[in-house]
Amino acid sequence: MVVDAIAAFSTAADLESLKVARLTHFGDRSAISLANREIGALPPAAKAEVGKRIGEAKARIKDALESREAELTQIRDNEVLLSEKVDVSVPVDRLKRGARHPLTTLMERLSDVFIAMGYEIAEGPELELEWANFDALNFPKNHPARLMQDTFFVESPDSGVVLRTHTSPIQVRAMLERELPIYVVAPGRVFRTDELDATHTPVFHQIEGLAVDKGLSMADLRGTLNHLAHVMFGPQIDIRWRPSFFPFTEPSAEVDLKCFVCLGDSSAVECRACGGEGWIEWGGCGMVNPKVLRAVGIDPDVYSGFAFGMGIERTLMFRSGVSDMRDMVEGDIRFTGAFGLEV
Amino acid sequence: MKLPLSWIKEFAPVQESGRVVAQALINAGLEVESVDTVGEGIDGTLVIGRVLEIEELTEFKKPIRWCQVDIGTQIRGIVCGASNFSVGEHVVVAEPGVTLPGDFTITSRETYGHVSDGMICSERELGLGPDHAGIMVLSDVEPGQDANELLGIGDQVLDIAITPDRGYALSVRGIAREVATAFGADLRDPASHFEPELGAPNTGTTPRDCVIEDFSACELLTLRTINGFNPDALTPRYMVGRLQAAGMRSISLAVDVTNYVMLELGQPTHAFDLDKLEGAVRVRRAESGEKLETLDHVERILSPRDTVIADSRGPIALAGTMGGLATEIDANTINIAIEAAFFPASTVAGNSRRHKISSEASRRFERGVDRELAPVASARVCALLIEHGGGTYAGMSAVESPMSETVIEFDLGLSTRTAGMTIDHATVIEKLDAIGATHEPRGPETLLVTAPSWRPDLTQPADLVEEVVRLVGYEKLPSTLPSAPAGRGLTFEQRTRRRVGNLLAGRGLHEIRAYPFIGSADLDALRLPESDPRRSSPTLVNPLSELAPKMRSTLLPGLLSVAARNVGRGENDLALFEIGSVFLGRVNKSNLDPGVESKPSDQAWVDMQQALPAQPEHLGVVFCGAVESAGVWGSPRLVSWRDSLDAVMAVADELGIALEIRSASDPSFHPGRCAQVTLAKAGDVIGFAGELHPSIVEDWNLPKRSCAAEVDLTKLMSAAPRSTVAPAFSNSPLAKEDLAFVVERRYPATEVEAIIREATGDLLEAIRLFDVYEGDQIPPSHKSLAYSLRLRSEGHTLSAEQLHNLRDRIISLVAERVGGTLR
Repeated sequence: MVVDAIAAFSTAADLESLKVARLTHFGDRSAISLANREIGALPPAAKAEVGKRIGEAKARIKDALESREAELTQIRDNEVLLSEKVDVSVPVDRLKRGARHPLTTLMERLSDVFIAMGYEIAEGPELELEWANFDALNFPKNHPARLMQDTFFVESPDSGVVLRTHTSPIQVRAMLERELPIYVVAPGRVFRTDELDATHTPVFHQIEGLAVDKGLSMADLRGTLNHLAHVMFGPQIDIRWRPSFFPFTEPSAEVDLKCFVCLGDSSAVECRACGGEGWIEWGGCGMVNPKVLRAVGIDPDVYSGFAFGMGIERTLMFRSGVSDMRDMVEGDIRFTGAFGLEV
Repeated sequence: MKLPLSWIKEFAPVQESGRVVAQALINAGLEVESVDTVGEGIDGTLVIGRVLEIEELTEFKKPIRWCQVDIGTQIRGIVCGASNFSVGEHVVVAEPGVTLPGDFTITSRETYGHVSDGMICSERELGLGPDHAGIMVLSDVEPGQDANELLGIGDQVLDIAITPDRGYALSVRGIAREVATAFGADLRDPASHFEPELGAPNTGTTPRDCVIEDFSACELLTLRTINGFNPDALTPRYMVGRLQAAGMRSISLAVDVTNYVMLELGQPTHAFDLDKLEGAVRVRRAESGEKLETLDHVERILSPRDTVIADSRGPIALAGTMGGLATEIDANTINIAIEAAFFPASTVAGNSRRHKISSEASRRFERGVDRELAPVASARVCALLIEHGGGTYAGMSAVESPMSETVIEFDLGLSTRTAGMTIDHATVIEKLDAIGATHEPRGPETLLVTAPSWRPDLTQPADLVEEVVRLVGYEKLPSTLPSAPAGRGLTFEQRTRRRVGNLLAGRGLHEIRAYPFIGSADLDALRLPESDPRRSSPTLVNPLSELAPKMRSTLLPGLLSVAARNVGRGENDLALFEIGSVFLGRVNKSNLDPGVESKPSDQAWVDMQQALPAQPEHLGVVFCGAVESAGVWGSPRLVSWRDSLDAVMAVADELGIALEIRSASDPSFHPGRCAQVTLAKAGDVIGFAGELHPSIVEDWNLPKRSCAAEVDLTKLMSAAPRSTVAPAFSNSPLAKEDLAFVVERRYPATEVEAIIREATGDLLEAIRLFDVYEGDQIPPSHKSLAYSLRLRSEGHTLSAEQLHNLRDRIISLVAERVGGTLR
């Protein structure tokens, strides 16, 4: 019995045949198992002796099985699997890689910085009321600031509806519709009648920020933008302000970023990125004009606010070295493909 | 606006270079776009020479002159190819050794048979102006005089852009104020002394009357008269130089002087030929249909919305915008009327906008001119005209409305609170003084501040705070972070948009962001009938292209065009998606204007928004070429209608929404391969998916059998559950059952599936159609649908008997409902 089993195991050529041999010689219906079952029927005197002998036989069969199993496993690993070896350097990209548009992911990234500061994301329509786009933001009718915006008019010049020229009307909506205090940012698409070229596009994106609370100051605004610049571009990239004018903020400032290339020092060789200025224009900001607060029913003697707006395209140009605005417009998948799901 | 630095320094006595001054102006809130040098590239001193003799050399192809020129110290013989000067006139001479722009060094050299010992220069050769036609001929100069100084060579020119609120800075006067403040110098305000300089008028003449009919259109009108002016008088060289540096052409003394004074003070003035005027000069509304030919030779048809300056015969100028041709100064003008007025910004903005004229004058009035400046500027104009063109001053007539001063109650602590850093009271007052504001105390913490007349933009305390803080210096502001209240994170829609985008990108699609403009040709190409709602979307008044004047009502044209662009660049295998707004219906013109003095009521805000068309967000996809390209794994898998439908269904699955898919016909799709996508619960149709109609594929030059889908993402999102309820599932043994039914071809697979679901009830864990067969082995017009079922019961193993009964129930229900037979 034992000899048969050992012989069967040793002649098994692979793990499959070993499995069959095991069922025959060591399975429930094998001779050894049947013999084992018979022990119970033996007279008590014989039980111990027979049991011991069968136990020894079982152990021998088991040893033989295990050692053959180990042998065969090794053979399989060394020979059979090796013979199935493939060239893993061949292409495997049967499914194409997709990508999101970097302007979208960049807007999300910027939004997330503000979400982390407790802000929420506000939204508004692209076809917007002229009242929200201009009047409520203290652009008087016929004022040059209004005419300077290169507005797309809809249906007729006096329809009262325009393609929003900036994300700022979302400020108006946020202040009309939300509870105070307000801390929101609003990324979105905006429109001005520029021709598309390497540095202009008539359809572009901005992110607007608005905070209205008691006791907000220009220092708070500056700190917020500094934080944003550091998160987006690195701790060495500070911001600079220049006084400026926007109808909806007073005081107002242009926001410049320290040039990434020369870090503000192009004294030796004129930096090509910033033209030797050391700074690059990024956006605009200021304290919400009390006239705007009044137009949306907020008492400027109790609340103050700050607002800011940055161009998403410009930000992407700095961050990722995009040199031609058209690449962001045309939808060439070689462009998006380079970004994947992040910027 | 370009201004020479020397002119600025005339009123702001500082020593700094153009670059340093430019930086100070930038810090003060003005944009300096460039700092250029007059006559850049000239090395050496140019001198004035008097032409003593001219010998015309006639043996050459072109006229050549051999000139003897007295340059004070010696007489030089110079060959010259220009002939616009005569003996006795003064010219600019570059002597040997002088280098001109373009690295051109003058030497004595033989040419046209003479040794030319220098060069007689034109403006263009010196890089001063565009005039190449002739040599510069100067008056009021002496031979040997240093021409560099005379021509302003080496002077720097600042190109300054101003924001719309700072009209005062469109002048040397305004810029000088900023420069003086920045460097702590004493401003010499030119406006403070010009009027007295003119002196009293010649008695015995009566100035022309002037009248303002409507003080809301014009607050101040002055008219000064000069008699006996010499129309041949030349503009002095320094003035020509400064005008040129500012980018203006020299035209005639009278015109040059008005331009010069406008640059200097910021006040536009206009010189009329007095003898061409009839009766009183008045500012009034134009009458309907009145005409005026302006200086640009355009005949303007006027309306009562226009404000004009008129004499008794009709309009002579479009107020604050442009003068009339008929009354302009000409070569015979000896009596001049100088008009200077104050027009409110709205008057001029209206004129300028209606007639599409943006002039130097209109730009200034629109940004706000100093209300007190008109008589000062006209005095300056008269004094300069008389100085350089003779004549006598014959007096002024004027009419004005009372001036209203804005007095601002200004809390001395507001600057500190707004800035977020301490700005003490003394500093606040110092900065208010620097901008020319006057003030008196009103209690310990409050001032009553009156803005200077040139700062109509200063109307509220915040405006004064900006002045104080910018003059303190924005760079001094500290940086702190406010603490916002705890936020709620992204909204469901915001998270969902990200989720959908990431899902599709993960499936190999590329996101695009197309311009949302389309044209009728796009809709024609999409084969949409006139009655299709997508035919109606808002139209732009001033589109980028006449071919795309409408807002998109569908994402397809954008997707198809981007696909075509990629195909054109050699990429045939494409999967693109876009998430974006579409615009349906037209704008309902709204006359609701709640003003800006207070918040619109909630109802008014709702009503106002009725003007806006629906702007739902759509999701669009397009597939071209192969989904899986050929490779080591085998042949390509070409795009099919399934891929575009699957993209939509994957999104719906991700959002936890059940869809119903039916065969349908949308004109843009292959009539036999178009799926209508419906929300299973609500029943709303949300879009279509399938293979594009072949004519569309052809129109956009896309690979054959390109596919697309477009669905209303807004509706999809609103149908999505806001949270997921965890499923309860049984771990009893699974039973599998495969069943194939032969049914008539007209029954959709989903219908048979629904019957099986009904028959199996809760026992059905999943069902999947795994084969569809049509052919010889079954009757014609029939098909075989093979389903694989996964069955499981709660808590126990399904017995053979239970399974048998279930099978019978399914078979009989399918037979009963659609006449299907088990195959």
